[in-house]
Amino acid sequence: MAAEHCDGDGHELRFDLRVVASWIDPGSRVLDLGCADGKLLRFLRDTKEVKGLGIEHDEDEVVSCISQGLSVIHGDINKELPGFPDNAFDYVVVSQTLQQAYEPTALLQQMLRVGRRGIVSFPNFCCLPIRLQMAFSGHVPVTPELPYQWYNTPNIRVLSLEDFRAYSRAVPFSIIRSLAVNPSGDGSMREVRFWPNLLASYGIFMIRDR
Amino acid sequence: MADHSVGAVRTQSFTFAHPPHPMVLDSGVGLGPVSLAYETYGALNADKSNAVLICHALTGDAHVAGYHDGDDKPGWWEHYVGPGKPIDTDRYFVICSNVIGSCMGSCGPSSINPATGRYWGLDFPLVTIPDMVRAQRELVRYLGVEHLLAVTGGSLGGMQTLQWVAAYPEMMDGVLALATTSRHSPQAIAFNEVARQSIMSDPNWKNGDYYDGLRPDLGLAVARMIGHITYLSDESMHVKFGRELRGSSFAFNFEGDFQVESYLHHQGKKFVERFDANAFLYVTKAGDYFDLDLGNPDSPARRALAGTGARFQLVSFTSDWLYPTYQSRQIVDVLKTLGRDVSFCEITAPWGHDAFLLPDERLEVVIRGFLGGLHGC
Repeated sequence: MAAEHCDGDGHELRFDLRVVASWIDPGSRVLDLGCADGKLLRFLRDTKEVKGLGIEHDEDEVVSCISQGLSVIHGDINKELPGFPDNAFDYVVVSQTLQQAYEPTALLQQMLRVGRRGIVSFPNFCCLPIRLQMAFSGHVPVTPELPYQWYNTPNIRVLSLEDFRAYSRAVPFSIIRSLAVNPSGDGSMREVRFWPNLLASYGIFMIRDR
Repeated sequence: MADHSVGAVRTQSFTFAHPPHPMVLDSGVGLGPVSLAYETYGALNADKSNAVLICHALTGDAHVAGYHDGDDKPGWWEHYVGPGKPIDTDRYFVICSNVIGSCMGSCGPSSINPATGRYWGLDFPLVTIPDMVRAQRELVRYLGVEHLLAVTGGSLGGMQTLQWVAAYPEMMDGVLALATTSRHSPQAIAFNEVARQSIMSDPNWKNGDYYDGLRPDLGLAVARMIGHITYLSDESMHVKFGRELRGSSFAFNFEGDFQVESYLHHQGKKFVERFDANAFLYVTKAGDYFDLDLGNPDSPARRALAGTGARFQLVSFTSDWLYPTYQSRQIVDVLKTLGRDVSFCEITAPWGHDAFLLPDERLEVVIRGFLGGLHGC
């Protein structure tokens, strides 16, 4: 059991989850909304002694989390948050899930109620390749970060990095840390400092209640 | 999996609460001596940290796994308990005892009242699920176990599991409750009452004083038939029986044309050979009385849950209409509110309430993963 439980330098993590993991303090309490097969929670448990909980609607993914000894609630992220007390977690993570939320504002407000910090990551819908596809192909963009067709995408909302900054003023919440990146095929990534809303395909933000 | 069995096992007995120190039941009545039938598999490790207590369902027994001498049928959870299995007897010391009030070796209405030398019958005091758990606590202590790695069980066994953590919140690392509820719904009570009325209206029942003559077999068989309907589901009945007939056409009589009728008759008949009618009254009543009152912030159970460090894993099954998913979810929601470490999965299964007893790959993975997580890396 030890071998299968206690691994990890993070190489198995998706690039955005590596960033998320690097932002989380050891020993903290983490809620991962849409935790999928629990890779982030497992990494955090095994390397940072994080006490984690996932929420996941897919039964197979839930079973996969439990098989690794992780705690997960089989449920809908849009409905589960109101049941937690205030500040039950140090961090609430929504990675590549916000664009699937029916009511993102309610979700974010609940996140910032049950957690001291929120960590949000999503693909940038206004990065250059997408703009070019829109302009020249005449089709709704399909990219490595947004690999779906219009008829099968779970992403009911698309947004850009600038949209998220504008959104922070509307909700409102504070952005206390952010990173714009371009992942590459080998699983590594490159930070984008210059004109991120055009040149980065991915954004990761740490937020808190204002 | 037949080769991964605990193999030959036998049921043992433990007796406590000898006069003049009876066990005081929830009803206020003293019961003693109290005897429990139990089985254990695997070995307790040096620091006594690997004990897993299994609680059986309504009419179950201590014989969870392996084979009794001369039997070709294994225990009731053979699929999940044994060497290399989800409850791995190479790693865990497994304990299961028959509940008091039952008839599978522990004291109940069909055992002899030592004060009179006669069968207890209805003189046996009513027992509750907390009473059953208190008795198990004595057994666990007798076996040299002061701390349990986990308590687990499904259905009425799940209720005992929840009662364990409510009564002894510091005594276990994990609570694994399957297809269960924190309180019997009026629907569950209603089915139990029809089953009890079936027994009590059998002329052979004679107010429970039937041990010297004919037994209320018909009443008990019908009670079991009612129970079996609640353990299945609309879908599983379609799959298992459909409208299949036993013969090639209707017989135009009342002897049971349909396969589903034949199945229920068979289950009823089989049941009277192994279970006592009075015991059925007692264990169903214990289920009906069960209520942890978790909605009440001041209930003792809720306060106990607030203070436990145990991890919780709850599992429900999509087609279980006896203890439907919402009842597990109510427990999960309370644990969330209390900030406890809780995990929950609703497993898709067509088999109704029975699903927790049947082979299911996901359930295997959940049980193995949860216990492995407690055992630590």
